[in-house]
Amino acid sequence: MKAGKVMITISVMAVLNVCAASFVNEHILLPSKKLKLEIPSEFPKPYYLFYNNSISLEKFNLGKKLFYDPILSSDSSTSCASCHHPAEAFADRGHPLSEGVGHRLGIRNTPSLQNLIWKDNLMWDGGINHIEFQPLSPLTNKDEMNENLENLLIKLRRNPEYKAMFKSAFEDTVINSEMTLKSISIFLGLLISANSDYDKYVRKEKSFSQEQQRGLNLFINKCSHCHTPPLFTNNTFELNGLPYACNTLDSGRARITGAPQDYYKFKVPSLRNVSVTSPWMHDGRFNTLESVLDHYADLPSSTTSGNPGLQSIGPISNDDKKDIIEFLKTLTDTVFLQDQRFTMDHELLKKN
Amino acid sequence: MLLVKKYLALTYLVTLFFLPEVAKFIPFSKNTTVQIQFEHTVYNDVLKLDTAKYFNAVGQPFSITKFKYYIGNIILQNSNGTSYRHRKYYLINEEDEMSKSITLHDIPASDYTGMSITIGIDSIDNCNGVQSGALDPVHGMFWSWNSGYIFLKLEGTSAECSTPMQFFEYHIGGFTADNNCIRTTSLQFVKPAKLKTKTRLSIILETAVDKILNKPNSIDFSVLPTITDRKNAKLMADNYKDVFTVKELRYEGR
Ligand code: HEC
Ligand code: HEC
Repeated sequence: MKAGKVMITISVMAVLNVCAASFVNEHILLPSKKLKLEIPSEFPKPYYLFYNNSISLEKFNLGKKLFYDPILSSDSSTSCASCHHPAEAFADRGHPLSEGVGHRLGIRNTPSLQNLIWKDNLMWDGGINHIEFQPLSPLTNKDEMNENLENLLIKLRRNPEYKAMFKSAFEDTVINSEMTLKSISIFLGLLISANSDYDKYVRKEKSFSQEQQRGLNLFINKCSHCHTPPLFTNNTFELNGLPYACNTLDSGRARITGAPQDYYKFKVPSLRNVSVTSPWMHDGRFNTLESVLDHYADLPSSTTSGNPGLQSIGPISNDDKKDIIEFLKTLTDTVFLQDQRFTMDHELLKKN
Repeated sequence: MLLVKKYLALTYLVTLFFLPEVAKFIPFSKNTTVQIQFEHTVYNDVLKLDTAKYFNAVGQPFSITKFKYYIGNIILQNSNGTSYRHRKYYLINEEDEMSKSITLHDIPASDYTGMSITIGIDSIDNCNGVQSGALDPVHGMFWSWNSGYIFLKLEGTSAECSTPMQFFEYHIGGFTADNNCIRTTSLQFVKPAKLKTKTRLSIILETAVDKILNKPNSIDFSVLPTITDRKNAKLMADNYKDVFTVKELRYEGR
C-alpha cells in the first residue's frame, strides 16, 4: 500500500531545477538539470525507496557537503571523497587498499559508488544492511575516518554553515545522527549510473562495433551468471576462484555470518564503470583488465568444480579476452563520471 | 495522539453497548501511571561500578565498568487473559540514574497478574534504517561494520583475562534466526497489581548481573574474555533470559 504511493510521489516531488555557478571567478550558468529519482527503464525496483527520507534539494546539498568534508574524520584529513572520487565512479584509482587517517591502510579496495539503492546490503562482505547505516562504518573505522558519531555531532553543531543547512533541510534547529545519516543517504542514493554506451545500445540509441557485439555475447554466456545485467551483479556472494590473500587475511562474507560455506566469498561487484576503477578485486590485486581476464581464463579445476557460475565460463581465447574487454569499456558512463551535481567543482545546487 | 485515545475509548464504549461479547480489549485509562524501576544487583548487593570486587561461579575475581542494555516490548497481563503491550524501546544504563526508571502513562486500569519484558531489538528495527531516540546509533549500541544493535554491553576487568589491560568485553546482539539473542522474561506478581485511575504503580525489577555471567552458562574469563560479534553471543543471551525478578510493587495516590 505504502510502496505504491511513495513510488508515485517520488517522481512528482523532486523535479528540482538547478542553476549552478562555477567556482572560478566568472559565473557560468549550467544548463538546468533535474534532481530526482529516475528509475532507469530496464532496472528492477530498488530496495531503498527513500521511505521516511523524502528527497529534497536541501537534504541533497547537505549530504553532498558532508560527503566532501574532512570534518568527518578525527583529524580533519579525510573526507568520504578522499577515497571515493567522482571521476572514478567514486572508486579510488591506483590504491589497492584504502588509505585513511594517518595514511593507515584498510583491508579492502574502495569500490565504486553507484546504483546503491539496488543493493540489499553493502560492502564486500554485505555487512551493512541499510544505506542509512552505511556512513557509520567509514566514520568509526580506525583505518578510515577514525571518528565517532558523538564527536562529529558536536563539530557539526558548532559550525554556523551546518546549522543553517540542517535547519533548511529538516526545518528543525537540532542536529542529530538521524538527520546526518539520512542526508548522506540522499546523496548516495541518487548516484545512479545508467547512461553508458551499453545502455544506449540496449535502448537502441547506439550500435556496437563487431568486437563490442562479440564481447557482449561472450560476456552473457560466460560472466552474466554472476555479473547479471542490467546491474551487472546478481547481488550474491560468490567464490570467483581467486587464491586467498595472505596480506589481508580476509574471510569475506564469513566475517559477517560465521558460516563455513561463506568463507572467502565476496559480493559480486557491479561491472558498471569498471574500466575506470583499477585496481580490481576486493584487495585490488589486479592492475589491468587483461590480468582479470587471464585469471578467469586460467581457473584451476579445483575452483570450478561445484561452482556453476565459474563452470559457465569455459575456455577463453586471446581474441575472446580482447573482445570482452572492449565490451567492458562500453559500461563506462561518462555522463555519470562528469555529472556536476555530484562533484564539488561548483557551488551547491540551487533552486531556480 | 490524545484524539486517537479518545477515539479508541469511544469505540470501546460503542462496542461495549452493542457487542458485549467481542469487547475483549482493554480501554486506555487516563491518569494512570506505571513506573518500572530497574535495580542492578550482583549477588543480591547493589551493583557498584569500577571499585567493587566480585567473584564469578568459577571463583575468578572481577569488577564491572559498564552495564547497559535495551529493553522493550513490555506486556502487562490481565487476570482475564487480555494484555496491554507497550512497544517502545528503552536503553537502561547503570551510569545514568534517570535511565533506570521508565514511566508509562495512561495504561488501561485493570488488575494485572504478571508482565513480560524483552531484552533486545526486533529484526524490523535492526534493518529499517536510522532512528532517533533510544535507537539513535550515537548511544554506542550499534555495530557499524555488521549492522545491528548491541542489545547488552557488560564490560569490566578480571585478573584472569589475557587481554590487554585485563579487560573483558561482552557485546551481545543478533536478530537473525541462527543467532537470535532476543530474550523475554515472564514474571508473575505474587498478588495482582491493581491499577486504578489516578494511581501510580511502581514495579521494582531486580536485574541480577551475576546471573549474566553464571547461569546456565558459566563464563570463564580466561577462556572467553570477549564476545564482540554474534559468535558465542547466544551463550550470554541464554543467561539474560530470566535476568529480571519482581522485587516489589508500590502504589501511590489511591
Ligand atoms: C579510507 C577510505 C574510505 C573513506 C574515507 C570512505 N570510504 Fe566508503 N568505502 C571504502 C572501502 C575500502 C569500502 C569497502 C569496505 C568493505 O567492503 O569492507 C567502502 C565502501 C563504501 C560503500 C559500499 C559500497 C558497496 O557497493 O557496497 C559506500 C556506500 C561507501 N563506502 C560510502 C562512503 C561514505 C558515505 C563515506 C564517508 C562517510 C565513505 N564511504 C568514506 C573506503 C572509504
Ligand atoms: C561465480 C561468479 C562469477 C563469475 C562467473 C564471474 N565473476 Fe567476476 N567477480 C565475481 C566476484 C565474486 C568478484 C569479486 C571477487 C573478489 O574481489 O574477491 C568478481 C570480480 C570481477 C572483477 C573486478 C571488479 C572490481 O570492481 O574489482 C571483474 C572485472 C570481473 N569480475 C569480471 C568478470 C568477467 C569478465 C567474467 C566472465 C569472464 C566474470 N567476472 C565472471 C564473481 C564472478
